[in-house]
Amino acid sequence: MDATKKPRLGVWKFASCDGCQLSLLDCEDELLAIAGAIDIAYFPEATRGEISGVYDLSLVEGSVTTAHDAERILDVRKRSKKLVTIGACATAGGIQALRNFADVREYAAIVYAHPEYIHTLAASTAIAEHVPVDFELRGCPINKGQLVDVVAAFLAGRRPNTPAHSVCIECKLKGNVCVMVARATPCLGPVTHAGCGALCPSYDRGCYGCFGPKETPNAPSLSVWLAGLGMDEKALERVYRSFNANAEPFRNESERHGAQDHKG
Amino acid sequence: MSERSIFREEGLQALIEALSRRGFRVIGPTIGDGAIIYDDVEALGDLPRGYTDEQEAGRYRLARRDDAALFGYAVGPQSWKRFLHQPLLRLWRAERKGQDVIVEAEPPATEKLAFLGVRACELHAIEIQDRVLIGGDYVDPHYESKREGAFIVAVNCGTAGGTCFCVSMNTGPRATRGFDLALTELTLEGGNGFLVEVGSPAGAELLAELPSRPASREEMDDGDAVVARTAASMGRAMPAEDIHALLMRNLDHERWDEVAQRCLSCANCTMVCPTCFCTSVEDHNDLSGAESSRTRRWDSCFTMDYSYIHGGSVRPGVASRYRQWMTHKLSTWFDQFGTSGCVGCGRCITWCPVGIDITEETRAISDSEKLLGAADGKS
Repeated sequence: MDATKKPRLGVWKFASCDGCQLSLLDCEDELLAIAGAIDIAYFPEATRGEISGVYDLSLVEGSVTTAHDAERILDVRKRSKKLVTIGACATAGGIQALRNFADVREYAAIVYAHPEYIHTLAASTAIAEHVPVDFELRGCPINKGQLVDVVAAFLAGRRPNTPAHSVCIECKLKGNVCVMVARATPCLGPVTHAGCGALCPSYDRGCYGCFGPKETPNAPSLSVWLAGLGMDEKALERVYRSFNANAEPFRNESERHGAQDHKG
Repeated sequence: MSERSIFREEGLQALIEALSRRGFRVIGPTIGDGAIIYDDVEALGDLPRGYTDEQEAGRYRLARRDDAALFGYAVGPQSWKRFLHQPLLRLWRAERKGQDVIVEAEPPATEKLAFLGVRACELHAIEIQDRVLIGGDYVDPHYESKREGAFIVAVNCGTAGGTCFCVSMNTGPRATRGFDLALTELTLEGGNGFLVEVGSPAGAELLAELPSRPASREEMDDGDAVVARTAASMGRAMPAEDIHALLMRNLDHERWDEVAQRCLSCANCTMVCPTCFCTSVEDHNDLSGAESSRTRRWDSCFTMDYSYIHGGSVRPGVASRYRQWMTHKLSTWFDQFGTSGCVGCGRCITWCPVGIDITEETRAISDSEKLLGAADGKS
């Protein structure tokens, strides 16, 4: 192997909207630098290329929703020296994991004229539930600055700068006034993983939890406060049930309120 | 009692202009994002005239006053820490040039800052950060450059907030030291005015340029009465006992687990605290590996990374993280720096998203001891 050979990059798509892959193309200023530093060997969204050999770095987007994909991810893992999952689908099952709370056959019967042609699994699951993952980059979609940092960190052999603390810290670094304390706007920031740069609170909106649960989240305590701001059990069931609905702390909290709601 | 002066609102406007003329960036209270924040002020019109704030645990609201006071509120979400000890700061950058690596340290900022409307608790907080960041063997050059050139106009509080407890921390509401000029807002014949106290030669020199006159005995008494009224209307109080010893006796108290049920470990309390000074560093490099840099940002003892060492975080549970913060702030700060780390500003109470109250947590531990003592006494 040529010593000056650049690391080979593969970008893989599973069940997803392609938004996170697009973040890579959206890098614009950095894209030439990325192309200069790594050999983009497989990236169907951007270039034609055959699957062949081993990839030094694989970026995996999307969740596993079919038996075929459950097989395919095993092959991707075998071909990848480092496997990094990108986005809420790949790290938590995505918005399509809402199926995990219902009967997917029922859905299929309502949506499709011939549901018998639909071969899908009962649940949408994160890549890490199928194969070992070296690093998970959160977000719906991922933050392109963080993506570039993850690639640069991989090349330099250092740790990526993607802290697992709350969105609140990002708000405070920016100087945002807390929307929940000052405006009684329900906000998931205190239980949500940083990375977006506190996008919604910077525009006077509460956080929607796009980056999933932060480290050691305390959703039950936040829910008590959200209830005080006027959210009923139904609203609490739904607030945790979006792009990261299948992430365990959000799923548990959502189901806790769902159970309450169905009882009441 | 030292001699004091009086100027009217025109005098305050003249003060802002005089500071600008001397090259200061004047920062003071103004309305932004539904709160009273600290930002650039160029004229009296930028100040929150006729506004006040309502503060409770986990709740802050702007409200109108029935007068035209310029400083009729307590402290807001931000503190002067934001300007002296910046949230994000590049420390150095390095560039690879052939076989060499050139490292360039970030030069300290040369900007001169003037703070308008610094409260007594905040003066104490600045004094505490001075001790931590420039008072020891290792001086932070960035903090030092901003701090040394800063001009401070203090304001004696005319209104206590619902979460204020400076009286019980002996840090207010009167500004006693650490300012160049200190103002007390008064209602005078024909409009608002300020009783002015000089705290430094630089303050005296500036005051000489402003349209002022000596204060009368009565006006000085009025100023004292404003501060006394504020002191008598504190929203909260820290229990009056030796907190340092109380907490050290109760490191295994069940209250730590109880508060951990409510605590979100979101770190808001540490971010808004005017004395919390912890930072972390992040290294960055470009894709080609030719350039790299190190950035410092505010960190918090509530994050897992903060106490991460080989093998994991030293404080994985929230109870241990809350205890670390509170015992450092109220207890071990004495051992480390000779004072309490708390100035009673109440920000951690107001800006906690679930309204955890440091005075209430302390009182719960204190009361449990008293109950236990009473029970022991009976048996």
